[in-house]
Amino acid sequence: MESKGLNLTLKIWRQENAKAKGKFVTYEVKNISPDCSFLEMLDQLNETLVEKFEMPVCFDHDCREGICGMCSLYINGRPHGNDSGVTTCQLHMRKFKDGDTIYIEPWRAKAFPVIRDLVVDRSAFDKIIQAGGYVSVNTGGVPDANAIAIRKENADLAMDAAQCIGCGACVAACKNASAMLFVSAKVSHLALLPQGKIEAKERVEAMVSRMDELGFGNCSNTGACEAECPKEIKITNIARLNREYICSKLG
Amino acid sequence: MSLNSKIPSGPLEQKWSYYKSHQNLVNPANKRKLDVIVVGTGLAGASAAASLGELGFNVKVFCYQDSPRRAHSIAAQGGINAAKNYPNDGDSVYRLFYDTIKGGDYRAREANVYRLAEVSGNIIDQCVAQGVPFAREYGGLLDNRSFGGAQVSRTFYARGQTGQQLLLGAYSALSRQIEKGTVKMYNRTEMLDVVLVDGKARGIITRNLVTGAIERHFGHAVVLATGGYGNVFFLSTNAMGSNGSAAMQAYRRGAYFANPCFAQIHPTCIPVHGDYQSKLTLMSESLRNDGRIWVPKDKTVSEKLRKGLMKPTDVKEEDRDYYLERRYPAFGNLVPRDVASRAAKERCDAGYGVGATGLAVYLDFSTAIQRLGKHVIEERYGNLFQMYEKIVDENPYETPMMIYPAIHYTMGGIWVDYELMTTIPGLYAIGEANFSDHGANRLGASALMQGLADGYFILPYTIQNYLAGEIRTPRMSTDAAEFVKTEAEVKERIKKIINIKGKHSVDSFHKRLGHIMWEYVGMGRTRESLTKAIELIVALRAEYWKEVYVPGTNDEFNPELEKALRVADFLELGEMMARDALNREESCGGHFREEYQTEDGEALRNDDKFMYASAWEYKGDAAPEMHKEPLNYEFIEVKQRNYK
Repeated sequence: MESKGLNLTLKIWRQENAKAKGKFVTYEVKNISPDCSFLEMLDQLNETLVEKFEMPVCFDHDCREGICGMCSLYINGRPHGNDSGVTTCQLHMRKFKDGDTIYIEPWRAKAFPVIRDLVVDRSAFDKIIQAGGYVSVNTGGVPDANAIAIRKENADLAMDAAQCIGCGACVAACKNASAMLFVSAKVSHLALLPQGKIEAKERVEAMVSRMDELGFGNCSNTGACEAECPKEIKITNIARLNREYICSKLG
Repeated sequence: MSLNSKIPSGPLEQKWSYYKSHQNLVNPANKRKLDVIVVGTGLAGASAAASLGELGFNVKVFCYQDSPRRAHSIAAQGGINAAKNYPNDGDSVYRLFYDTIKGGDYRAREANVYRLAEVSGNIIDQCVAQGVPFAREYGGLLDNRSFGGAQVSRTFYARGQTGQQLLLGAYSALSRQIEKGTVKMYNRTEMLDVVLVDGKARGIITRNLVTGAIERHFGHAVVLATGGYGNVFFLSTNAMGSNGSAAMQAYRRGAYFANPCFAQIHPTCIPVHGDYQSKLTLMSESLRNDGRIWVPKDKTVSEKLRKGLMKPTDVKEEDRDYYLERRYPAFGNLVPRDVASRAAKERCDAGYGVGATGLAVYLDFSTAIQRLGKHVIEERYGNLFQMYEKIVDENPYETPMMIYPAIHYTMGGIWVDYELMTTIPGLYAIGEANFSDHGANRLGASALMQGLADGYFILPYTIQNYLAGEIRTPRMSTDAAEFVKTEAEVKERIKKIINIKGKHSVDSFHKRLGHIMWEYVGMGRTRESLTKAIELIVALRAEYWKEVYVPGTNDEFNPELEKALRVADFLELGEMMARDALNREESCGGHFREEYQTEDGEALRNDDKFMYASAWEYKGDAAPEMHKEPLNYEFIEVKQRNYK
């Protein structure tokens, strides 16, 4: 609150639409409070652009509390910037120094085409879930919630995996633009619970094959996804995915 | 038009089963011929769309976000209530019903609330069947915790991310129907108007947010699941895109808007810290299970804390005023939200507030950490503590959190009858978008319950009672005159707002509106403040339509245009809230009129004059007309709320 404001140079990727050629444009922002979030810093830049009758920088965002998964941004070469366990909306300017230059780019992956500036199309993630990321039950006619006891340990592990927010940082971080961490989180969540076991074989095959169709790359175990995941989803989920996949193939 | 709430006759506990056994249904062959539009993919919208798809209807679903999984239900932290009585602590359907009616300060319909409590257990069963990883005990069964306004533990939770897990459950059910082809999903598509044909809702006009294309969609019925309008205040716990526009479009087409002044101010949010701030972050109410709220007993100590001359941990136990425990010994830190919020405001207004601005109180975990150990607190609230530390840069395991009330939820919304139908035939409103179940104040962990109750277990039944009469209505061409006309009006509105080419940004107006709302239509309202608010909002709206600047065109990805259209609606909604608050000369729930309070500062209802839901009818440029739906309490005794 008392802290001194930051003056920063921003190099931001501007691209008018999916077909246009993009480029970095340089902006200066002044007297940014270290207590504000990264997106609030961009809000302030946009306010000055609108005052000059220019088109503001487009970026995706919604809940601004790290849970909706809508915000993205590749900041100085890292998805969601230089803090761990946070999304861009939770990244605060106190992580930067006065005089810093910050490069801001969209997620870059074949499966995530740019819509405008920093906004990309992540509907490929929805399509992977649609392939089988669910338990096939209709509304109604299900047993009492306490009819199945589940080991706390498994419920907790399932919850760890289920925390994925579908932001796409794992794909952006991966040199192959692989979606393995995302897919493995959903496969693990359901494979760890009795409700998900019945369709486990079909699920893993359908989701992996949809992932391949959509143009995501292969996993080469660099672990970049785990390092950059804002929800700290573990790479062990990928091991579980591989195990589930092999088991499904072996019958 | 007189309001008919269509409450089935008979004893309270038999109304819903009676309704279900006597309503009209649509046979499977006819379901395929009927189209239903669902707008919004939060808990209510996603669960409704999935359930309707499973039943065999053709469903079209719309959301403004890039994926249905982003809807703001996802941010709900604490939990979901259900009268399962698993802990054997005396819960029952009746008790959940009673707590909800009482928590809502006797301003909700008995029949609706009873039905809500009745289906609450089914929701938990459904979610578990979908694989929602609720918290469990070591024995493998589901765990419960307690929440504000209740004396039993009936809240199911998934760490501090219950909303996320429930939404992902509904999203997975929705995804399954999309794959099957029963549901067609339109991402990044915003509803801009509802189309009426012969007085019935028959479709919507939308804007593709990527290309700007304006499109027409037909449906035999239209369901609005578009959430609340808390963003009227600019700063709220809502997502940036949350808006009241679909509700306003329905209102302008003839749907009544009920109890707009009932907005919930959540007591535990991270305090405001700068004018660049874009939103307020909620800290789950579940924290009040183990956190104790206090300010210093001595104002001079508060002043030292504000100036940073002292640390909260330096304040001795005997010098702390745990004001909720003092004022409300029976419920203590777990009083309902409206009570806790007002008590915080009272202490801060009296000069005891802390934090740099003096607009904060402490939420302290030191007692709980001593009693239970740090690891237990970490397991219960770890992610919330981490979230707090990332924002505020202080470690809540070591120093108390600072919190202050913020706008969180709107109990008011589109008026609906027992079937969740609005005053426009064929137009439904579910979840936070309607007004039905929470009266003047919502209890914690009841929003998730209501959203899913409406979407999974109520609307899929009640909508059939209407659709059964539509089986002979063929799919209509969207070239019909009504569609063309409504689309032209939408295009005209967009053109008008872009062509203003004023000098000020949309956000600058939105912030000014927020200041007016917080200052004059906020936690403490008076006749004077509300009259002033109406005056200021009318003037601001006039200025908006002369001075706002929207860059770019309609035919491109243009977030400024999206915001401009939403803020135009907020400028009307804010005025309606103030009008409603001015009319309601009593204090109840989240609506506190300073003129109407007891000697010790509690809300003072006036049941003789205001035991009704207000329902506002749009009258064009003239002032809206208010209709009353009287609330008849047949089954429970109406009392002064008492949490002491």
